[in-house]
Amino acid sequence: MELLNTLYVTTPESYLRLDNDTLRVMLEDDTRLRVPLHHLNTVVCFGRIGLSVPLMHRLAQEGIALVLLDDHGRFMARLEGPVSGNVLLRQAQHRQALDAAFTLDTARACVAGKIKNTRQVLMRGAREAKSDEDRAALSRAADDLAASLRALPGVADLDTLRGVEGEAARQYFGALSRLVKPDLRASFNMSDGRNRRPPRDRLNALLSFLYSLWMNDCRSALEATGLDPQVGFLHALRPGRAALALDLMEEFRAQADRLALTLINRGQLRAVDFQEREGGGVLLATEARKTVLVAFQERKKEEIQHPLLTQPVALGLVPLVQARLLARAVRGESEPDGQRLGYVPFITR
Amino acid sequence: MAAEDLEPVALSALQHWAYCPRQCGLIHLEQAFDDNLHTLRGNAEHARTDQPGVETAKGLRVERALPLWHDALGLNGKADVVEFSRSGTPYPVEYKHGSRHKAADIAACDEVQLAAQALCLEAMTGRPVLEGAIYYASSRRRQPVCIDEALRERVRQITQAVRAMLASGQLPPPLTGPQAARRCKQCSLHDRCQPETLGNSTLRALRQHLYEPD
Ligand code: SF4
Repeated sequence: MELLNTLYVTTPESYLRLDNDTLRVMLEDDTRLRVPLHHLNTVVCFGRIGLSVPLMHRLAQEGIALVLLDDHGRFMARLEGPVSGNVLLRQAQHRQALDAAFTLDTARACVAGKIKNTRQVLMRGAREAKSDEDRAALSRAADDLAASLRALPGVADLDTLRGVEGEAARQYFGALSRLVKPDLRASFNMSDGRNRRPPRDRLNALLSFLYSLWMNDCRSALEATGLDPQVGFLHALRPGRAALALDLMEEFRAQADRLALTLINRGQLRAVDFQEREGGGVLLATEARKTVLVAFQERKKEEIQHPLLTQPVALGLVPLVQARLLARAVRGESEPDGQRLGYVPFITR
Repeated sequence: MAAEDLEPVALSALQHWAYCPRQCGLIHLEQAFDDNLHTLRGNAEHARTDQPGVETAKGLRVERALPLWHDALGLNGKADVVEFSRSGTPYPVEYKHGSRHKAADIAACDEVQLAAQALCLEAMTGRPVLEGAIYYASSRRRQPVCIDEALRERVRQITQAVRAMLASGQLPPPLTGPQAARRCKQCSLHDRCQPETLGNSTLRALRQHLYEPD
């Protein structure tokens, strides 16, 4: 498996065009960048970016996904060539989504993945904490998450499951600011816990942006696998919502959180990199976005040992590995002994 | 069922099935196609055979990328190259990357595909096709293959098996044992199939301890 690049285009008013076998990024009359198409598997455009129809044709033909996001990183549209999609797998998925037992089992596994991975973030923070107060608070939150995790097998319906998940998230975000270096906490704390639409503090603004990047990758991974990103198990169906991508993303949230903390604690992002809008909304500034995107791309290149694969794999490919495991669960494939294991999320150490 | 009503099976599916039923399912049921080095090389070979060219040697008429079908068996597809002798007897040549020193069981998968082409050509022209050849690109050698009754029977059996799989919509399980060890490594769909994750004790353990904090 090869981790091909995603080209993120963030400069407003850029224009993308096809130039033989390369993609050319123009700003006014200047060429800013040339990328050979065979290095790409996705092109992501933020906000007001222009592009030519010949380029769109070529991207579709080469199987390079084109994703359009708005200024805030929210999903707008995606162009994909005719090979994508797999009607039989989708049919199986739709059938499974109507099966209460399968739905609950899969949703529960997704929540477990999220709780386990976020708990690791807290436990590592507790180990590295400089003050007793932080250590105690982080350990307490990690214990709370352990209790939520143990409660999962006994949960009998989706509403209760979502309740457990929501409670775990509250406890987690209540402690997360303690992972920010003490002298930076005045600028980066989560006074109100997790908030969005719009985010109302810097940490939330950064997390929202990183989540949208992971979300986009999870969505691409599902589509590449032939699953329908809109039909989820944990997340309820809602028009325009990629519920399955949200399900898959749960286990990757901790990755986004870790990167956010690294960027803040290493001083790569500072308070001035965020804009406060009238009324209290907070946005990551355009220039700072580039810093985040570069760091995100770098992080995705890091090789990790996936527990199920024999060879190390780039972190950026793990959503694809997981989407394929999800497809296997959706098809109802059995183990050699006839047992069905169901979905197993990606758990980090 | 009337012969024309049979859902046609692609000639290439027979080779895929002979190699691995799951690979056949992934490609023909789920329409998955992942390029790896092997298929990319294969495509390059095929690009060459798709080029129009005049073959003057031995006064043969050469048809490239010739559409083939067999209504009674319900097969269709294309032949890379079919040479027609002066008398009109067809001689199919299947182009394969790699060398002719392939393991016999893997070469046998190519032979099934070639034999299926021969059966199509017989049905289409009414002439017996008793021999064809596999051209191995790396060794640039032709390996003649006798289209005998055993091979014909394999074609018929595999066609039925593929059709049953397509009708059931069920993806076959991955290969196991020594076959898996030899074939999965070279399989173009390995990354998508992730065969090592099925029957994997780690997966089982992870699932068992999914709700326990560590
Ligand atoms: S990886 Fe192995 S089991 Fe999977 S499709 Fe290929 S040959 Fe078959």
